[in-house]
Amino acid sequence: MSNARAVGGRRHSRNRLARREALTFYLLISPWLVGLLLFVLGPIVASLGFSFTRWDMLTPPVPAGLRNYVRMVDDRLFWQSLSVTVRYTLMYVPSELVGGLLLALLMNQVSAKGIRAIRTIYFMPSVLSGVAFVVVWMWLFHPEAGLINATLARVGISGPRWLVDPNTALTALWIMSLWGLGRTAVIYLAGLRGIPKELYEAAAMDGAGTWHSFRSVTLPMLTPAIFFNLVLSIISTFQSFTSAFVATNGGPLDSTLFYVLYLYRKAFQEFQMGYASALAWVLFLIILVLTLLVVRSGQWWVYYEGEER
Amino acid sequence: MQGGSRVRRWLILALLWGVALLFLIPFLWMLSSSLKPNYQIFEVPPRWIPNPPRWENYVEALTILPFPLYIRSTAIITLLTIAGHLLSCTVIAYAFARLRAPGRDFLFVVMLATMMLPYPVTMVPLYVLFNRLGWINTFLPLVVPAYLGIPFYIFLMRQFFLTIPRDFEDAARIDGANTLQIIGRIMLPMAMPALATVTIFTFQATWNDFLAPLIYLQRPELYTVTLGLQFFRSTYTTNWAYLMAASLVTTLPVIVVFFAAQRYFIEGITLTGVKG
Repeated sequence: MSNARAVGGRRHSRNRLARREALTFYLLISPWLVGLLLFVLGPIVASLGFSFTRWDMLTPPVPAGLRNYVRMVDDRLFWQSLSVTVRYTLMYVPSELVGGLLLALLMNQVSAKGIRAIRTIYFMPSVLSGVAFVVVWMWLFHPEAGLINATLARVGISGPRWLVDPNTALTALWIMSLWGLGRTAVIYLAGLRGIPKELYEAAAMDGAGTWHSFRSVTLPMLTPAIFFNLVLSIISTFQSFTSAFVATNGGPLDSTLFYVLYLYRKAFQEFQMGYASALAWVLFLIILVLTLLVVRSGQWWVYYEGEER
Repeated sequence: MQGGSRVRRWLILALLWGVALLFLIPFLWMLSSSLKPNYQIFEVPPRWIPNPPRWENYVEALTILPFPLYIRSTAIITLLTIAGHLLSCTVIAYAFARLRAPGRDFLFVVMLATMMLPYPVTMVPLYVLFNRLGWINTFLPLVVPAYLGIPFYIFLMRQFFLTIPRDFEDAARIDGANTLQIIGRIMLPMAMPALATVTIFTFQATWNDFLAPLIYLQRPELYTVTLGLQFFRSTYTTNWAYLMAASLVTTLPVIVVFFAAQRYFIEGITLTGVKG
């Protein structure tokens, strides 16, 4: 009897300690909880609500049912912006993956010391602000006096008109974005450096050549990093905004009208808050589905060491 | 065999330096153009060394628009944001790393999920909210959220805290230290590299931020450097020398910090990119 009581008492005080700890936890994270409610969950719900209204922010919102969503079907610019964004993502994401990987593999051939200056140079463009980054490239792409066309002219090629030609503007934005490739390369380089040497030694003992050990050691070991960067890259490329806003304002002839740029116009230039919210939700769903697809595909090609995660 | 591998090494180095030169050219072109007198800007073929270099471009570019004012605003916003991230994220990260509570793991997953949330989804309601609070055309919408914790930095700090052995805390707790004292006196001194990473990332992201200031700061006298630069670009489109000078000057703080603290920059970026 007394024994049971003693156990009960100990459990009681342990419970109290646990409760105290839990209380401290919630106290410490309370700023984040407030932020989560006020700046994330609240706005998500509000955004969904707005998307079923017509609202110019001057007069009270008018219920509009599904009209904003139906309107998209016939909205030429909605489809244009979606197509531009998808095409840009299809151009940028694979080239970032392959280019970043190639640079990292090359850098990995050289000792850490020999690579330091090169790594710094590769990384430098990605610390610039989006605006400065784009302004420099607008000047490089200048049809007559820009460095690119001036150089092409020297070898007798008359270069395209880049950002002012609807046929080349999106390509120009893509070339521009490749200047930031070094960041991805540096991430992959760290992944490569983390692969244990023993694996290569084992592969070499099995008689594996360069290509074979790349296929059976390097690539599998790197898949978690590739996977993580792929997911983030798709999500962020789908939300591209600054380059088109600064360089072309979506033109010429809407050839660089990114989805978020179109959304921005609807919201903050035309104050169609309801329609803008519906656009935001469609974007959200597209990104969600894409992310889930990539995550799902991960089980086929991402290799986790020991599979214990 | 030995000779062959040396040739291969030199070839790879040559290739890497070739690419490095490609990456450097825009910077050099920016510098060169910023020092050209107007009649040399449109010269074809372009010359690389401006003759004579026109240093006045810098003075003129930075006074046509009040860039010193933009730099001041950006510095204020950036400093307040850094302070906010350091204060809030360390405390929240400590809780997630060390304290046990029902619902903790669920909340952690929620936090990771919000990192994936596309910004445009909350863009409109946040504008409505800040508008209602009367915060449009103030720095508050840019600064206040920093004090409520940013998932990415909380995650980063938490991962770092998990690598610190518990023994130090236990000893301090036996000596009667409370949780805030433990964070302040034990964890933070040991977490300096992580704090440096958060500071530098925040500095870069805030200094370079464009979309948020674009939405919340509509009065030119409140502009940040990126807004100023964009305004400059849309008003003086053809004056490339001035534009390059202004781009260089407004970028300089980030470049300087990058060179001074490269280690943290690159370690931080790989920490979050490789380990997921």
